[in-house]
Amino acid sequence: MATQIIGSTVKRREDPRLITGNGKYTDNMTLPHMAYMAILRSPHAHARIKSIDASKAKKLAGVLAVFTGKDLKDAGINPLPVGWLLPEIKIGPHPALAIDTVRYVGDGVAAVVAEDRATAKDALDLIDVDYEPLPANVDGEKATQGAPQVHAEAANNVAFYFKIGGGDADAALKSADGVIKQRILNQRLVPNAMEPRAAVAHYEPATGQFTLYNTNQNPHIIRVLFALTTGHPEHKTRVVAPDVGGGFGSKIYLYADEIVAYLASKTLGRPVKWTEERSENFKATTHGRDHISDVEVGYKKDGTITALKVKTWANQGAYLSTFAPLIPTFLYAPMLQGPYTIENVFCEVWGTYTNTTPVDAYRGAGRPEATYLLERAVDLVAGAVEMDPADVRKKNLIPAFKENYKTCMAYVYDSGDYPAELEKLLKMVDYPKLRREQQAARKQGKYIGIGLSTYVEITGAAPAQVAVSLGAGAALVESALVRVMPTGKVQVMTGSHSHGQGHETTFAQIVADQLGLNVEDVEVMHGDTDKVPFGAGTYGSRSQPVGGAAVYIATQRVIERGKKLATHMLEAAEADVVFEGGKYFVQGSPSKAVSFGEVALEAHWPRKVPADVELGLEASAFFNPANFTFPAGAHLAVVEVDPDTGKVDLTRYAAVDDVGKVINPMIVDGQLHGGVAQGVGQALWENTVYDENGQLLSGSFMDYAMPIASNLPLYENARIETPSPVNPLGAKGAGETGTIASTPAVANAVIDALKPFGVKHIDLPLTSEKVWRAMHSRVVK
Amino acid sequence: MFPAKFEYYAPKSVKEAVTLLAKNKNAKILAGGHSLLPAMKLRLAEPSALVDVGKIKTLAGIKSAKSGTTIGALTTHATIAASDAIRNHCPAISEAAAAIGDWQVRNRGTIGGSLAHADPAADYPAVMLAVGAEFTAVGAKGARKIKAGDFFKGALTTALKPNEVLTQIKIPAHQPSSGCAYVKFAQPASRFAIVGVCAWVKLDANRNVEKASIGVTGACANATRARAAEKALEGKKPDDAAIKAAAAHSSDGMDCLSDIHASAEYRAHLVSVMTERAMKAAVERAK
Ligand SMILES: Cc1cc2nc3c(=O)[nH]c(=O)nc-3n(C[C@H](O)[C@H](O)[C@H](O)COP(=O)(O)OP(=O)(O)OC[C@H]3O[C@@H](n4cnc5c(N)ncnc54)[C@H](O)[C@@H]3O)c2cc1C
Repeated sequence: MATQIIGSTVKRREDPRLITGNGKYTDNMTLPHMAYMAILRSPHAHARIKSIDASKAKKLAGVLAVFTGKDLKDAGINPLPVGWLLPEIKIGPHPALAIDTVRYVGDGVAAVVAEDRATAKDALDLIDVDYEPLPANVDGEKATQGAPQVHAEAANNVAFYFKIGGGDADAALKSADGVIKQRILNQRLVPNAMEPRAAVAHYEPATGQFTLYNTNQNPHIIRVLFALTTGHPEHKTRVVAPDVGGGFGSKIYLYADEIVAYLASKTLGRPVKWTEERSENFKATTHGRDHISDVEVGYKKDGTITALKVKTWANQGAYLSTFAPLIPTFLYAPMLQGPYTIENVFCEVWGTYTNTTPVDAYRGAGRPEATYLLERAVDLVAGAVEMDPADVRKKNLIPAFKENYKTCMAYVYDSGDYPAELEKLLKMVDYPKLRREQQAARKQGKYIGIGLSTYVEITGAAPAQVAVSLGAGAALVESALVRVMPTGKVQVMTGSHSHGQGHETTFAQIVADQLGLNVEDVEVMHGDTDKVPFGAGTYGSRSQPVGGAAVYIATQRVIERGKKLATHMLEAAEADVVFEGGKYFVQGSPSKAVSFGEVALEAHWPRKVPADVELGLEASAFFNPANFTFPAGAHLAVVEVDPDTGKVDLTRYAAVDDVGKVINPMIVDGQLHGGVAQGVGQALWENTVYDENGQLLSGSFMDYAMPIASNLPLYENARIETPSPVNPLGAKGAGETGTIASTPAVANAVIDALKPFGVKHIDLPLTSEKVWRAMHSRVVK
Repeated sequence: MFPAKFEYYAPKSVKEAVTLLAKNKNAKILAGGHSLLPAMKLRLAEPSALVDVGKIKTLAGIKSAKSGTTIGALTTHATIAASDAIRNHCPAISEAAAAIGDWQVRNRGTIGGSLAHADPAADYPAVMLAVGAEFTAVGAKGARKIKAGDFFKGALTTALKPNEVLTQIKIPAHQPSSGCAYVKFAQPASRFAIVGVCAWVKLDANRNVEKASIGVTGACANATRARAAEKALEGKKPDDAAIKAAAAHSSDGMDCLSDIHASAEYRAHLVSVMTERAMKAAVERAK
């Protein structure tokens, strides 16, 4: 009997194929007569293109065509779209291949299409581009202070200005017992999905049909954006995102490369494949974070935080990527109240252009920046009032609520019990004992640090009322189609997309649980606009609370449809028929039942139902959520710092999270584990370094330090569940909590370890050298 | 990720390899490929031909004799790390081999390739200098021996001639009351050494340091000896204070590198910390 599949650990059904090398990724796709494309990228951060001479490249045997920005323009292709239009936003046009000017190292300059990959690559070396280098600007704040202009359209390189507040931060700072001012940086990160991007563009001259296979997280959105950019009609466009090896946000956007591949395929009448190299991925795929913030936090002597005032310069890179303006605005500034009762918050943000790779959402997108800043501020207050950081948090946390906590800014939190999360965490690790051990260790010259992070984040984008009021122009919805086959097996089509999250398992669990089937009887399909109904895709931890909710509702509708058929089969009155444990029966007489399978058969090969009853057994549903969902939790990190070298070892990590109703605990644990690793990476190792000329100095894994398993402890984690009232599953998002919470937990732990040295703040990442310098009062560079 | 065009040869003997190298201008030896192939894929190296020495059986293997241990150039890092003969004779080499990159790198990369490549941050060079290894190189005119001290000439530059094959690494016989240790501070991304130090010490009958030899890698353009620290330790009783005092001189005269992972000042500091740790471990082993 298959009941209670929701909430149970079902092994990921996608894993056997993925871990045995049988996944089917874009680069595995080979179409007859396929050609290969390579992109020539700018070696300069900023330069005028005086001329491009591709004559030698065109003569190389095997080269089919060379494209430049002019060819795209002549073909009527528009610049790449910006999908979140803030008021008075200044958009510097982003042609898929540069015209006249290159604006970052990695900007596409020309594309070669050849019979094979190696030839395409060889031909790149034969293209002569005459550049006139221009001075570059790489710093998100200095960009506004007389730096070289990236786009004529944006004076002082300001792409947008945004402010939001609640209460009166200035007045509250004035009347506070104390105010701490701190500059806090949130460094730029490279998402580094395991699979770099790839595209196969297939234009069929006979029909005018175009298919794009590519690494994306949201095929329907890509199709819309693609149609708007190229003018190719949406109904003659199919977008397929097959197996995708991770995205972390970086594969949400419409990129230049697939647009060029489209034109190449259309021009040559052949399928064209482009596969990004890892070193290209470092430069040509979006980056994340990159904030400079000035923070003022006001507090009372008893540790109550009364005001927070923040100025942030958010480096957007050389062009605005598809959703870039959303990240440092609505996903950041209004989240600065966090899980606390702070009544006066004000934040203003300048989104600025620089000669660097465009920045957009990266796992957490805005909330890691807000949470890190806020959690550092809380610890600074704890230091100032000489209270334990746990006590300061207890003092300020919002008490438990079942629904609708109105923050001082835009959002209304759906449900939560933040104090319970912190309590559970402190118990789990025996916090007082930890602190005693820390004291004892210090006496022996060992520097142990304990760091806390209590967070709330925002997931499940996006409800229409809220999104429209915030400038999105529209809601982001999901739909599902649940189709029951004559044998009682079920296909689920979802507009949501899995690139690691495990939809094929969790969405099947929802359906199997409701219909009383085994998970094996349910197949989940996603990632092909010709197969699955509309959906806005997977990002911002929205799949379960929005996509999963749509699947749930469609399944309920299937049950209702089946009930009509069962009523006739049971020769009963519809009102008396119930569905339980995979069977329809008249209330009170379960022994005389028809199974779901029998109903499915009847729906396709009717024997008993009258002619006027609608046949078939399938239903679809759109889910348009009434609010976002707000996962929350409390995390704790323990580190040990080597006083001789400044090296930080993360020795313990514990987490208590509330992601609402959990569909599959193992998958939620997995999401948390991966997320924590990424957040620890930001805290300790990952750093994207440009020199002042805009050259990327950390452009490979030789210099960009990713977290690896041997640097991480085993995680201890637990949950509390406050169901979300926003969707019928009660689910909140679970994809980003680890990333959001762990960076500040680890940073706070390191700075806690350095307390005996009087250290109050060090900027990320907390590299050995920075820590060593801080401990030995050297200038921290 | 596509190298430029190249020819490929797989000679069966060192002699054949040398002939092929002489015949093909800009040819390169291919061993484990873990430095060369990445450089070729990024088109930082575009050799006209690869002479793959991987099929030359005599180039791999570890041999112990009274006069010392001989390691074939083609011996992988993993084989070296797992070798009891090497651990018993000279544990610093085992420590260096085990600290290289990751399993994949250790399973393919070879000691000869590492030494010939002479990455400023490679691990073995520090050990080779400290223990006084001797290398055999075979060229058109036959074999010659090169002392480790004469081998490392600069970043990616060695005493090897373009057409020479490095065939053997000889570690001198163990001396009584001597010990050695390798300590590494790894760069978090590449896991190469920001600083790696190998200390070799020999104690006299009074348990004072008779001779010390310290090799440092990662800090400068090429691996070097920390001679001031060696001198400061020699003749001393190697207690914690003496070791610390000697280690403080370990970066004397070194022109330390500065990059996004470590400033010259921090590197110099790490040299003394790693030297102190390596000396302590070496002294323990010598006792
Ligand atoms: C991810 C990664 C991490 C690494 N981490 C470390 C580390 O932590 N520490 C470290 O020390 N190294 C590290 N390495 C480098 C690694 O040790 C290489 O294997 C080694 O440097 C080269 O050995 P190879 O056998 O692979 O040589 P190859 O790459 O085949 O050759 C390297 C060079 O040496 C020449 N050569 C090779 N064999 C001979 C020979 N017998 N005679 C003359 N010339 C020869 C080649 O022509 C070439 O120029 C790392 C490499 C990678 C890819």
